Amino acid sequence: MNKTAIIVENLSKQFGHFKAVDQISFEVAQGEIFGFLGANGAGKTTAMKMLCGLSMPTSGKANVARFDVYTENESIKKSIGYMSQKFSLYEDLTVKENIKFYAGIYGISPKQIIQKTELLLRQLSLEKEANVLVGQLPLGWKQKLAFSVAIFHDPQIVFLDEPTGGVDPITRREFWNLIYEAAEKGITVFVTTHYMDEAEYCNRVSIMVDGKIEALDTPSNLKSNFNAASMDEVFIQLARKAKRSE
Amino acid sequence: MQLQWMKYLFNWLVKQKEANNMKQFYQFIVKEFYHIFRDRKTLFILLGMPMVQIIIFGFALTNEVKNARFAIVNQSSDEISTKLIQQIDASRYFELYAETKDPQSIEALFKKGSVKIALVIPPDFETSLANQNKGSLQIIADASDPNVATTLTNYLSVIVQNFREDLYPNQAIPYTIKVDTRMMYNPQLKGAYNFVPGVMAMVLLLVCTMMTALTVVREKELGNMEILLVSPINPIKIILAKAVPYLLLSIINITTILLLSYYVLEVPINGSLILLYAESILFILVSLGLGLLISAATDSQQSAMFISLIVMFLPTVMFSGFIFPIENMPLPLQVVSNIIPAKWFFIIVKSVMIKGGGILLVWKETLVLIIMMTLFFGLAIKKFKIRLA
Amino acid sequence: MEKLSSKPAGVIIEGVSKSYTVNKEKLVAVNNISFEVPAGTLFGLIGPDGAGKTTLFRMLTTLLLPDSGNIWVDGLNAVADYKALRKKIGYMPGKFSLYTDLTIQENIHFFASLFETSFDKNYDLIKEIYEQIAPFKDRRAGQLSGGMKQKLALCCALIHRPSILFLDEPTTGVDAVSRKEFWEILQRLKTDGITILVSTPYMDEASLCDRVALIQNGKIMQIDTPQHIVDHFDKPLYAVKSPKMLPLLKMLENDAAVLDIYPFGEVHHMVLKSKDSKVNLPEDATMQVIKPNIEDLFIYLMRNHE
Repeated sequence: MNKTAIIVENLSKQFGHFKAVDQISFEVAQGEIFGFLGANGAGKTTAMKMLCGLSMPTSGKANVARFDVYTENESIKKSIGYMSQKFSLYEDLTVKENIKFYAGIYGISPKQIIQKTELLLRQLSLEKEANVLVGQLPLGWKQKLAFSVAIFHDPQIVFLDEPTGGVDPITRREFWNLIYEAAEKGITVFVTTHYMDEAEYCNRVSIMVDGKIEALDTPSNLKSNFNAASMDEVFIQLARKAKRSE
Repeated sequence: MQLQWMKYLFNWLVKQKEANNMKQFYQFIVKEFYHIFRDRKTLFILLGMPMVQIIIFGFALTNEVKNARFAIVNQSSDEISTKLIQQIDASRYFELYAETKDPQSIEALFKKGSVKIALVIPPDFETSLANQNKGSLQIIADASDPNVATTLTNYLSVIVQNFREDLYPNQAIPYTIKVDTRMMYNPQLKGAYNFVPGVMAMVLLLVCTMMTALTVVREKELGNMEILLVSPINPIKIILAKAVPYLLLSIINITTILLLSYYVLEVPINGSLILLYAESILFILVSLGLGLLISAATDSQQSAMFISLIVMFLPTVMFSGFIFPIENMPLPLQVVSNIIPAKWFFIIVKSVMIKGGGILLVWKETLVLIIMMTLFFGLAIKKFKIRLA
Repeated sequence: MEKLSSKPAGVIIEGVSKSYTVNKEKLVAVNNISFEVPAGTLFGLIGPDGAGKTTLFRMLTTLLLPDSGNIWVDGLNAVADYKALRKKIGYMPGKFSLYTDLTIQENIHFFASLFETSFDKNYDLIKEIYEQIAPFKDRRAGQLSGGMKQKLALCCALIHRPSILFLDEPTTGVDAVSRKEFWEILQRLKTDGITILVSTPYMDEASLCDRVALIQNGKIMQIDTPQHIVDHFDKPLYAVKSPKMLPLLKMLENDAAVLDIYPFGEVHHMVLKSKDSKVNLPEDATMQVIKPNIEDLFIYLMRNHE
């Protein structure tokens, strides 16, 4: 039996009368690439915050890396990595300094940091840029570096919030190569995106509408179930049903 | 109450817009008021700050000294010296700590910090007074804290002078005791006389300079400036519309400060109230101009705040003369103090409010402020970019 | 009073360059770009972040001065006649640039007065968009969802009835449904005679424009109608598929006949060096000839430029 990385049961989050997340349930297996889709305001960000231990659920159960989101959120934070389009690296620090800083936060020993940094720079072919300020790198490189930094401490799960927004098509694919490699190493990848072709690269995809998960399956099953030619069509069929507009 | 007041003004502005063809400009001001009203916390701070400052400076941080311990070196030990000591001890400023005959022993007291000031009464004090109508006393103060030393020395001198007047009520006393000129207008040596003009300068500077700088820079930071620039609105209108709400807020603040200082701190308003307001508005305009100038030169709220605080706020506290007397500063710093607008405002407010002077007494300072205002606004408008970068 | 000009309406860009100095290094953001946008058309500027789209838009909207070259917008020179031009253009910057502490209605009224017009006067133009957000008209802009913010921003950019509309990445970070709706709105605005220039990092949106320019590193790589633009793709393109997609990709990457292969949704797109090239496909894999789309062309052009 596969190990499960995330177990969510009837998880809800309510702000006053507003049900941002409404009784969602799903499981994510270790090493799976799980696409978490939804329209703006469907509740994706709120759900993701709860899973990262940043926000307390109103009700329901959730286990992330076998830790309980209610009581063990500090342990959760140690076992996950996080990267978003908005917040990634310090632009006024060099590539090396950024790596050192984030690795230090997760308590990796200086010796290990030096070893792993070399390996990482080689993998990204950033050896020459090791002492360049991150702000001077092209966006695509930054995003790739940010992802590598997010998994530097070998987390069990990595959460990616729209990691490829605005990135050119080649770098976007290189980015997904990194995701595949991480998944092969056994890291669970939990990713949101607005690019529907990227939904196809996920093992399974969930689509949130108005706080609920309306569909959850492999991309090919979703397409046949909804009688659609692409994930784009599946998404539009579901998201058009949305009543609320936050 | 103040909110109500502002709402009337605000409604008046809204009505004006219907009648006036400067709709664009009025709408802009209306928008600025929305920003101010909707940021309740900041509004509360802006309106509450003057009250808190008046209370802090008026009561807590005053440099009035109460019950300072003093030592007496009494080499005379006669009736008059005993009376004098009793009178000093009875005042609320001093408390007798030690009495000795040996001048050498007081140094130990100073070193231990037991006393801040000592009075030396020479052996022939009473006879000298009686025979030659002339007595000399020596005041020794611990000047490691010069402000306290000056204050205590002043207090002690006044008490000695009063004592002599009581002793010989009909005689003119032309000698021996130097009285600080400040005390002429402040017979009770109240700190509030200094602080009220000082707080006025500080509050106006904070509200006008910092807040206007922030409000313009915020537009840049959020990217709204891009749309404003692409629109046909004249940059001068943007600048003026940003300044108007803070002008009104500041007038409210002046009123609060004056009411509090008059009724709570009992500082008189001896001169013309209209002149006081007019001068205050002039200083507000100077501060607004400065704020707009800062906003033209900065791109982030952080640096606008930093510049407002470091470049304007600290020098204002240092050089305006309300905490540290400018006369006591070295010459280069005295020269520097001239470029601080608050220095001139401080002089004006003290002259008008406390000395009761008219425009004739302060026209020079007023002229300096007018020149500064013109300069700041001119530069702000000139430096305002009609494009990005 | 309008200045008479020999330049036609629409947008004309002639040899425009712009560079910045960052940390003492010269950075060319826009490199000798020239193109024309005929009046009344919908023109797409397609390229990733950092390609120079925003810099170009800022020069077109009079916010930046070009280092060299000339720009005419609606017959007016963007440098010399900037004041007159500012009355005629509508601009929606990339960042959400409305006042978050003002309501929908207050925002629109403010922008109307900024352009010395009124909401009622031009209501007919924005009616269709406004009706979608009207139920929330007293809600503050900061509390709106991405799609609604974007519609509000569009209302504000249109309220003075501009002849040319510049939209800088209006659909970035917006979900697929809202994006689709937004493009439908743009199609309708075009029928009102408004010239629209829109930039986007989403390649799939290119097909919705009359003409597109592909931009990368400050240079225009290709400019044409979406139908014609893919004709520049002159190599055979196939879609390959197998139950094990990742090993398939790794294997074909090393095949001598393959010029390029990359994942594309559920399949991999494979470019062969020539029609006669022979590829060694695993048994469980299928391959079929497909027509290239804009993204294929973009990748192809990017690889060629490298």
